[in-house]
Amino acid sequence: MSQAAAAVETGIHAEHHEDLNFLHKYILPLDHKIIAMQYIFTGMIMAIIGGYFAYAFRMQLAFPGELVPGYGLVGPGEYNMLVTNHGTIMIFWVAMPVLIAGFGNYLIPLMIGCDDMVFPRINRLSYQIFLVSALVLILSFFVKGGGFGGAWTAYPPLSSVAEYNLTDWGSSLWVLAVALEFISFLLGGINFVTTAMNARAPGMKMMDIPIAVWFIVIAVILFMASVGPLIAGAVMLFMDQRIGTTFFLPSGGGDPLLWEHLFWFFGHPEVYVVLLPTLGIVADIITVFSRKKLFGYKTVLYTAFATGGLSFVVWAHHQFIAGIDPRMANIFVVTTVLISIPLAEMMFSYIATLYGGSIELKTPMLWALSFLAAFLIGGVTGIYLGASALDVYFHDSYFVLAHFHYTFFPITIIGMFAALTFWFPKMFGRMMNETLGKIHFWGTFIPFNCIFLPLFFLGLAGQHRRIYNYQHFPDLATQELQNIRIFATVSLVVMLLFQLVFVYNFFVSMFKGEKAPDNPWRANTLEWSTSSPPPHGNFKKLPTVYRGAYEYSTPGREEDFWPQNVAPE
Amino acid sequence: MIEYFILSASSFSGDIDNLFLVITLIIGFWFILVFGALVYFTLKFRRKDGVKAKYITGEKHSETKWTHYPHYAVIAMDVVIIAANIIVWVNIKQTLPPKDNLIRVIGQQWSWSFVDAGPDGVLDTADDITTVNDLHVKVDETYHFELQARDVIHNFSVPVFRLRQDALPGRTIKGWFKPTNTGSFDIQCAEMCGYGHGIMGGAITVHTKESYDETIVQIKNGTYESHYQKRMGTKTPLPSNTSHTEGHNSFAVLLASIF
Repeated sequence: MSQAAAAVETGIHAEHHEDLNFLHKYILPLDHKIIAMQYIFTGMIMAIIGGYFAYAFRMQLAFPGELVPGYGLVGPGEYNMLVTNHGTIMIFWVAMPVLIAGFGNYLIPLMIGCDDMVFPRINRLSYQIFLVSALVLILSFFVKGGGFGGAWTAYPPLSSVAEYNLTDWGSSLWVLAVALEFISFLLGGINFVTTAMNARAPGMKMMDIPIAVWFIVIAVILFMASVGPLIAGAVMLFMDQRIGTTFFLPSGGGDPLLWEHLFWFFGHPEVYVVLLPTLGIVADIITVFSRKKLFGYKTVLYTAFATGGLSFVVWAHHQFIAGIDPRMANIFVVTTVLISIPLAEMMFSYIATLYGGSIELKTPMLWALSFLAAFLIGGVTGIYLGASALDVYFHDSYFVLAHFHYTFFPITIIGMFAALTFWFPKMFGRMMNETLGKIHFWGTFIPFNCIFLPLFFLGLAGQHRRIYNYQHFPDLATQELQNIRIFATVSLVVMLLFQLVFVYNFFVSMFKGEKAPDNPWRANTLEWSTSSPPPHGNFKKLPTVYRGAYEYSTPGREEDFWPQNVAPE
Repeated sequence: MIEYFILSASSFSGDIDNLFLVITLIIGFWFILVFGALVYFTLKFRRKDGVKAKYITGEKHSETKWTHYPHYAVIAMDVVIIAANIIVWVNIKQTLPPKDNLIRVIGQQWSWSFVDAGPDGVLDTADDITTVNDLHVKVDETYHFELQARDVIHNFSVPVFRLRQDALPGRTIKGWFKPTNTGSFDIQCAEMCGYGHGIMGGAITVHTKESYDETIVQIKNGTYESHYQKRMGTKTPLPSNTSHTEGHNSFAVLLASIF
């Protein structure tokens, strides 16, 4: 085993000295940095598709029956397809590839001070399977009958019987795409954990690993431990669809509740799988821009372990009123509400980190702080939904929708922008424009709240989800509620327009931006000790680590930072 | 707080509204505290030239108490939330109070069928009253329902009652409600059930004793006019998707013309 690993390593070292052509450098890369960018760019393209879908169905809600500019008429079937695939894309093809696969790939080797992933070829294969899965998903929109429209949770029998969902091949390709995507991240996950545990620079002890790396590793372990049941479920669903088995069909002795358990056993840890990388990224950013040591490094780390562990025993809170035994709900209420304990502790530690700091509100810091603020709303509203008796009213309402957008939007979009603006100088060797960055920040964060805060009130008024036109529900078809819908939609359009500022800033800075120094933010972690962008092989000389990642403003030093690789005098 | 947005019209809807209020007070306190600290620290500890940040490891007891004491308070408040919730939940979902009437609710793509057991209180007998998308009940009487689904998962939802329950194909799920206000309200399907999910609605009409008897007579002699249709007609609904009739949308036109 170790001999094989050694052989692979020698293989990489041999390649470092070759001059690579375009095909091998950018299309079939083994370099973790290029694979990371493949993931990030693919994720961003998928984010554009997901945002476009959101635009189309929000326009239909605000102006029912009107032709949506740039899309056309959104009928009931298309509406279902749009909301289903918006959810699927944003979670599986944006949050996962950008935060875990993308930044995981980019940051793990650089932050732990090694030259590449331990298994570069598995890494490349993982991306290739991921790309195929994205193409299969896109293909599913164009087959006869259209894309799958049975919600991203895909409850059978709706998802398993073509006569019920009317999208025969659309639903099968959807399941296939999701299963392929999971296989891709399983491969990637093995690689991440192995690399972080075995390939650290000399001197880097477990408690010297930056929180960002720790949290990505924990997230990947959660993912690998929870995804098995869902892959099994996806295979069963695919067989129900294509060869007529009846795993989930009561008339054939199956049970639709089985899928719900398999799905949510994965589905809830999945929330923490995408949450933890962002929390890790935010921890690194706030320490750098407040020049402070992270408050209670070990506490933060242990709360992440506790959150991850608890996340495996809360899944049935999605099923309080799904027909499970009502007595079971009480147990899941307890475990669900308990999750507030480690997460509150973590939140307190982050905010305590700001205390006594020297805070500089650069764009990445704005994103990181706004993540804490927005995620706080998402977190506290989760308490309502963890209480089973309130779920009797809020199940599948806009209150749920607003709640999880207040968690997923900060995690995915804010987390992505925080990470991109922070590591952009390292990735491309140039600085982003700070003014445009701030315009983009405020142009995203304010409309984001204008979209989703009003939706809480629609939920309180009893509005249920996934309805293409509320005309069939007279209590919901009032002008007051319609005005709220229009306000949310207009805010969404404003927010989408401000993304053009980012696209402009991103690409212009990539080629024409001011040249970035090696360590523009004066940060401690190892990726800042190499050149910007790092060469193939990352470090000219592999670094040695002398201390933890958060030695900022250490007493007795003139500089207010102390990089991990600088030897003590 | 919920009752500010929507009428509270069943015996347990007030409990749910109160639970919402209790949780709002608790998490509102935490939200203001934590958000306030976040904003205050951000403003107070802005970078000043020549001032170095404090060096705090957060590992000494004198420091950790700032996160640990709030942490214990969170645990205490969690216990309050869990206890309050379990009391309400046991009352709504785990206990069935003695029934006055029995109905069967059947969800199918994309309509609701209601079977009232009638005066004998037994389903599948000659005095059953069957209606589609229209449920008539008497105020202040306890109803037991048997919830079924013919094809896919549906969700029987009556927002004014604060009632939602999934209907699973292959199972019969029992539940109850007791209306406290008269009037006509929305019934929704709150679980994605396919193409026509957006039109799967209905009306529940809560009657006084007299008007209930009158309606039943009308249903029996055929002079009955659907309350669901009446509601859709009198309240000004939103513009319809059916104004464009070309191509793939014709199915929606067909569905809308049925209901």
